[in-house]
Order: sequence, then structure tokens, then C-alpha cells
Amino acid sequence: MSVLVYTETDQGKFKKSAFEVASYGSALAEKMGTNVSAVAFNAGDAATIGAYGVEKVLDVSEGSFENFTAAKYAKAIAAAATRENATIVVIGSSANSKYLAPLLAVELQAGYASNVIALPDDVSNFKVKRNAFTNKAFTYTAISSDVKLIGVSSNSFGVTEKGGSASVESFSPEVATDGVSVEGQDKAAGKVTIADADIVVSGGRGLKGPENWGMVEELAEVLGAATACSKPVSDMGWRPHSEHVGQTGKPVASNLYIAIGISGAIQHLAGINASKVKVVVNTDPEAPFFKAADYGVVGDAFTVIPALIEKLKEFKAAG
Amino acid sequence: MKILVCISHVPDTTSKINFAEGDTKFDSNGVQFVINPNDEFGLTRAMWFKEKQGASVDVINVGGPETEPTLRKALAIGADKAIRVNTEAKDGYQVAGELAKVAQDGGYDLVIGGRESIDYNGGMVPGMVAAMMGASFINNCIGLEVDGTSVTATREIDGGKESLSTSFPLVVGGQKGIVEESDLRIPNMRGIMMARQKPLEVVDPSGVAVKTDAVQFEKPAPKGAVKLVDPENLDELISLLHNEAKVI
Ligand SMILES: Cc1cc2nc3c(=O)[nH]c(=O)nc-3n(C[C@H](O)[C@H](O)[C@H](O)COP(=O)(O)OP(=O)(O)OC[C@H]3O[C@@H](n4cnc5c(N)ncnc54)[C@H](O)[C@@H]3O)c2cc1C
Ligand SMILES: Nc1ncnc2c1ncn2[C@@H]1O[C@H](COP(=O)(O)O)[C@@H](O)[C@H]1O
Repeated sequence: MSVLVYTETDQGKFKKSAFEVASYGSALAEKMGTNVSAVAFNAGDAATIGAYGVEKVLDVSEGSFENFTAAKYAKAIAAAATRENATIVVIGSSANSKYLAPLLAVELQAGYASNVIALPDDVSNFKVKRNAFTNKAFTYTAISSDVKLIGVSSNSFGVTEKGGSASVESFSPEVATDGVSVEGQDKAAGKVTIADADIVVSGGRGLKGPENWGMVEELAEVLGAATACSKPVSDMGWRPHSEHVGQTGKPVASNLYIAIGISGAIQHLAGINASKVKVVVNTDPEAPFFKAADYGVVGDAFTVIPALIEKLKEFKAAG
Repeated sequence: MKILVCISHVPDTTSKINFAEGDTKFDSNGVQFVINPNDEFGLTRAMWFKEKQGASVDVINVGGPETEPTLRKALAIGADKAIRVNTEAKDGYQVAGELAKVAQDGGYDLVIGGRESIDYNGGMVPGMVAAMMGASFINNCIGLEVDGTSVTATREIDGGKESLSTSFPLVVGGQKGIVEESDLRIPNMRGIMMARQKPLEVVDPSGVAVKTDAVQFEKPAPKGAVKLVDPENLDELISLLHNEAKVI
């Protein structure tokens, strides 16, 4: 019996979600009175994940695992779980983790709970709290299989840094080639992605046209935020589809979500409600977003946003 | 090309979500059910293959008789045949096991599901079906082209997209982008009339065991009122975000 966490890397470095997953796994292992190890692919500095409670890392850095493909990674993680005799496997909620999760579940014959936001209260009667109904409710899901797979929702459990470093073992699982091959990627370089961002600045139809997004980008830059948009904005081609958030778009679970000129339709809110703090800027005090937000400014984005950018610059300069 | 489209029967997005029996059951009273939006995008792409490249399109649901109107709607949109596996859908593993069996026995080349259902948001059924069938799997699919037996696809990734190539048998988890919203079809009168004549087969479950169970539900605590900040006093907003919310 042990806990295995799959800690994701990006260009040789652990992602923030890896620290969350490690923190969750280590807290769970403590509850169960067992140990926690990690599996990572191409982690430049694998030992550093030890700061989040992981005792040992299986480091897969062979050539054939250089690029992510879901089936191959799922099989390798399953091999790591078998080797560590893991009864619990914890993964994150990135697009890649959610892609490989069901494949991994079948590989391990594990019951899988996704979007999990808390530890189980009781490890012998194993039930986890998770987001469901597109953030309109929670479920407590009991997992009855011998091996259990838990997908931790982004930015929900938090990161616990304990210090220390992990022992590193290199691991070279034998897995068959993937039936799916990657031909190419088209990814905005150097930009914070919506999935990884602490802050997301989002614009809606109230911004009137694509030529007005300069201030949205500038606000995002000042805050180190990712940019996003409502569905009609991407449908009209004002912004790329990859920025569309909401029920049919990307989910957002940031610390801060700033909505500018977005009315707050239920399908929009469903996808962003997992964010901790919501700010709305809208000319219409009756806009439904004001019911969902923590802070609001009733005002014209074209004057409020430039003024806010100036104030934030002063605030940042004052440190 | 034989295509099977998985249809999950879910509460319409705008429905109020309520629970019954001490918050242990979903309360379907007054709830309008629809085809899961992600599945509707996939079904529309399947119709395109049928019309442009020649394909048969069957739709399938694992569920009780109450899901039949949703399957009929898929037939009205243009599917050839519907299959209902007659058992209550309890968890992703069980549903996937039932779907994989039908997909394999039926010799389907391409199985299209959605990236997630908007009720339980499991995000697991299509991937599990693929693994159980030994088929290839592409999730978050926002583009799908077939040329003979070779397939090219586009997947949404964090921060962009990725192009992929693969072959049959294939399972995809579709979403908006596999077709655009403007391509979606509202069933017309003729479609609805024709759907009544189309076959809806009810098959017995093979009895795949469940591994998870949603035993209790809870609604989020009511939110406090919004704090309004004067647009002339944005320093206050910054101060609230810094000192109170601690997010900047
Ligand atoms: C099945 C389904 C799925 C959907 N999925 C999504 C989804 O995933 N994501 C999504 O976003 N939508 C989704 N929608 C669409 C959704 O219902 C709304 O239509 C959409 O979110 C509205 O976008 P908006 O707020 O940008 O535009 P509008 O509703 O037009 O709102 C614009 C807002 O800007 C304000 N405004 C105008 N001028 C200014 C100004 N100068 N300064 C400040 N504010 C101003 C207005 O008061 C208004 O509130 C979905 C719909 C359906 C049916
Ligand atoms: N009961 C069901 N019957 C048929 N297909 C389903 C069922 N449940 C889920 N699916 C398919 O699997 C996808 C993902 O569902 P889920 O894993 O439940 O989020 C859905 O979009 C459907 O395509």
C-alpha cells in the first residue's frame, strides 16, 4: 500500500499543479499512514518535488517519452503504480492529465473521481468531495475499487511546502508505441495559459470590437495574468478560440477572475465559478454577473480599465 | 465507415439543480433534459461524414426508458438508428464497459463521445471505452478528418492546439470546435416525423460492475452580496484585492 502522484513538468520544470498534486498525495499518505512517491517525465530537477512531501521520484527521461502522448504516458504511470504497489494514484487537472486519466483508470482497473477538491474524511470509508453539475453542486463520491484514481481540481487544495528533497530513481518502463502520433503544436510562446494562471482577465461583447483588446492585454500584463473571453467574442473571431471560457469553453479555476463587459450568462458563469475571487466591470448594474461577483464596478470599461491600469502600475511600483 | 455517437442525457444548462431524499438523489422534477452539448457537436460532425463521405451513424445511450426522447431527438437530427442499453447509468466505468461491448460487437470504426457530460463532469467515459476496446483515443477534439482509414485530428491543449494522426478503430472526446455552433441543427418537422419510423433498439446490459458511487450531494453556500466600488475610487478596489481578498 502506498500513494503515487503524477507530477507534471513543462520544459523540464515541475508545473505549479505538480506541487498541488504532491501536497494532496502527501497529506493523504499521512492520513493513511503510508508513504508517497512520484512519477515524473523529463524533470530536470526531480529531487525538488521532495519539498512538497514526496519521498521518492521515479524519473522517466528516456528518449521515447520526450513528448506527451496519452496512451504511452498512461501505461508508464500504471507501471510506476504497480512497481510502487500504489493503491492510490493522484493526478492533476490539466488538459493532458484529464486526457490520460481514463486510460490510466482502465489500465489499473481503478475507480476514478475527477475534479476532487478535498481529502477524504475517512480513509477506510473512502469518499471524496468533488465539483459537479458544472460548479452548481458538489458530490461526495465513494470509490470502492482496490486501486483508486483521484484527479485533483486545479487551485482547490493548495500547496503545502515542507522543505526537504526526494530521492531520485531512474525508471524505464517498457510500453508499446502509441496509436496516436503528434504531428505538430501551435502554442502561444511565453504567455501564461488560462489553466496555469493565478489571475485571468476576461473580456466580453461589451468591449465592442477586437481593436479594443489592447487595454485587456495591458491589464493582464500588469497583473501577470492570462487573457480570456466570452463565447460570442471568440465566435465573432475577435479573439482566438483558445481564449473562450465557460461551459463549452475552457474551465477557469484561478485565484482572481476579472470580467470586463461580460453579462454573466449562466453558461459563462458555470465555467468560471470555480475561481476564488471574481471582479466585474459592467455599465449595467442589473447585469447578472453582479450576483456572482465578489467585487464590482458599475462603470464604462473604456474609462475604468485604463484608470485601473494606471493605479495598478503605481501600486506595483510602490511594492 | 461505421460511426457510433455516444449520447449522454443531461439537464439543460439553465436548469436549477436540486436534490431529494436527504440530498442523496438528483431531483429530476421540473428538469428539462437535452443531448449533452459536447455530444451534439460530435453528432453534427458524424452527420457531415454521413453526407459528404458516406457513413452510417448510430447513436447510443446507457440509461432507462426516460432517455428515449433524447435519443429520438438525435434520430431527428439525422442518425440512422438508436441503441439504448437498458440499465441505470451509475458510474463512468460501468457506462464505458457497456458502450465498449456494443462498439466492439457492432464493428464500429469510429466512436464519438463528448469531452465531458455537463451533469457529473466525469470526463472519463470515451477514454475508458477506447482503453477497453483497445482503440486509439483523442480527447478535446476540435477537428477531425478521415481519408480512407487514416485520420487526422486537432486537439485543444493548454495554451493552444496540437495536430495528431491516427487510424481506426478510434474513439474521440469531442467538444465545440469539432463543428461550430452555427453548424448545429435544430430538428425540423420532417426529421421529427422520420425519427418516429427509425429503429430504437433496446439491448440488455452485460452487467459491468461499478467502481464509484455519488453517495451524497451538496449545494454551495449562498454567496454574500457583491461589494461595489465607485469607478472614481479604484484605489479602493486595489486595496480590497490586496488586503481583503489577498489575490494581488
Ligand atoms: C449551450 C450553450 C453554451 C454556452 N456556452 C458558453 C460559454 O462556454 N461561455 C460563454 O461565455 N458563453 C456561453 N454561452 C453563451 C451565453 O449564454 C451568453 O450569450 C454569452 O456568455 C454572452 O457573452 P457576453 O457577456 O460577452 O455578451 P453580452 O451578453 O452581450 O454582454 C455584454 C455585456 O457588456 C456590458 N457592456 C456594454 N458596454 C460596456 C462598456 N462600455 N463597459 C462595460 N460593460 C459594457 C453590457 O451591459 C452587457 O452586460 C453558451 C450558450 C449556450 C446556449
Ligand atoms: N449514460 C451514457 N450513455 C451514453 N454515453 C454516455 C453516457 N454517459 C457519458 N457518455 C458519453 O461520455 C461522454 C463523457 O461523459 P462523462 O465521462 O460522464 O463526463 C459524454 O459526453 C457522452 O458522449
